[in-house]
Amino acid sequence: MAGHASKQIDSKTLWGGKISPFSTSYGKLMMWFFLVSDALTFSGLLIAYGFTRHDYLGSWPIGEETFHSLPLLEGNYPLIYVALMTFILIVSSVTMVLAVEAGHRMDKKSVTKWMIATIIGGAFFVGSQAWEWSHFIHGSSFGKVELADGSLAIVKGDFGDIENFTITQAGAHHQVGDVVTEDLKHQYTHAVAEGHVHNGMITLHDGSIAKIAKQPNSDMTLIVKEFGGTYAIGAEITGAEAVKMYEEAVNAGEENRIIYGANMKQNEYGPQHYGQFFFFITGFHGFHVLSGVFINFIILLGVMSGLYHKRGHYEMVEKGGLYWHFVDLVWVFVFTFFYLV
Amino acid sequence: MERDDVIEYSLDAHHSEEQGVILRKKIWKVTAILTAITVIEVTLGAFIKQSSDYWQVIKWLFIILTIFKAAYIVLSFMHLGDERKGLRYVILVPYFIFALYLIFVLLNEGTAIAETLTQHAS
Repeated sequence: MAGHASKQIDSKTLWGGKISPFSTSYGKLMMWFFLVSDALTFSGLLIAYGFTRHDYLGSWPIGEETFHSLPLLEGNYPLIYVALMTFILIVSSVTMVLAVEAGHRMDKKSVTKWMIATIIGGAFFVGSQAWEWSHFIHGSSFGKVELADGSLAIVKGDFGDIENFTITQAGAHHQVGDVVTEDLKHQYTHAVAEGHVHNGMITLHDGSIAKIAKQPNSDMTLIVKEFGGTYAIGAEITGAEAVKMYEEAVNAGEENRIIYGANMKQNEYGPQHYGQFFFFITGFHGFHVLSGVFINFIILLGVMSGLYHKRGHYEMVEKGGLYWHFVDLVWVFVFTFFYLV
Repeated sequence: MERDDVIEYSLDAHHSEEQGVILRKKIWKVTAILTAITVIEVTLGAFIKQSSDYWQVIKWLFIILTIFKAAYIVLSFMHLGDERKGLRYVILVPYFIFALYLIFVLLNEGTAIAETLTQHAS
């Protein structure tokens, strides 16, 4: 609401050319120019994502099927975590605008308070994104399965616990008869991805071979995402047939029949491009948030030292605020086009 | 008479405590609107699947809600609504020319490529 309470200033405060374009200060206008160009970069990225999605022949990953986990909790919570992240960022945008408002009243104490709140909100958002990346990279218990006809399907269901591995053939570390009980799931998924599980036997890292004791998987649904010859895209295979087909792929002893999580080459959620766009767009945005947290921190130091108070105005808070709101703005679009539609 | 060497300068505007109360009220109102929109989006996204018959309607609803959210952030939080008209246009017009045009071109092109690939495959 800056315009409503504008004050008149003498020509000494004008820009070098003795004029003030659009009645804004130099710093604020340059921040706007930067934001316009930065916004065009983000538009370019999101439009490129749309282009790739439209020319893809298989079925593109769906937000609520891909992002449905919460930290520390089991179960299915579609999009709740992303919604929480969005809410955190909106709230930190609100505290920022409150800091700007307090600045207009020259209320140093309130500016400090709201700036600290904004920084905490930003840190929470970056932390949430780190968790989401970690979850995205490690993937689900089931991964993506290539069926016998070559179609690719994502998998939903309850993963049966792995009880132990009993060594039947000695390797570099284990003797015959040893029972491995540590780090089972991690070793299991690695072995499955590399094709080291064959007919219920697992080849461990040290070369030993062990018998797998595992509870059966249950409630499984295979959703076909890429056409392989038999099943239509979007077809759902359920019940005993789904369990049987999945077990067959696990025990085939072939590399990449099952893919877990994501890396730069492949991912369990969809085509290679999907993972790359996820990393680039959310990563580029996350980097903006991280920079914003640092910028806000530096401004906070200026506020606390009384620097802006001596200047007679808190314009620096306003400029930092512009950047911070912009970061929120970009997330609003990423949220819609990456997660929702 | 208006003086040439004095211009209205809005950047380091100050306002009184009473005006601040009104402004903060407005900020909290915008907060409530943004939160409500997010809640609506997530609820719809969780319950209406992309295979649903209503998906096309929901999809456009999402896009419209997003533009509403963006408008509130830019005009209210970033105070662009209070800036001079000229500055507003300098910032917003590039999108109406560049971004909308690019969306139109690339999404059509993407669909056309998919159709061509499908024809070659069959």
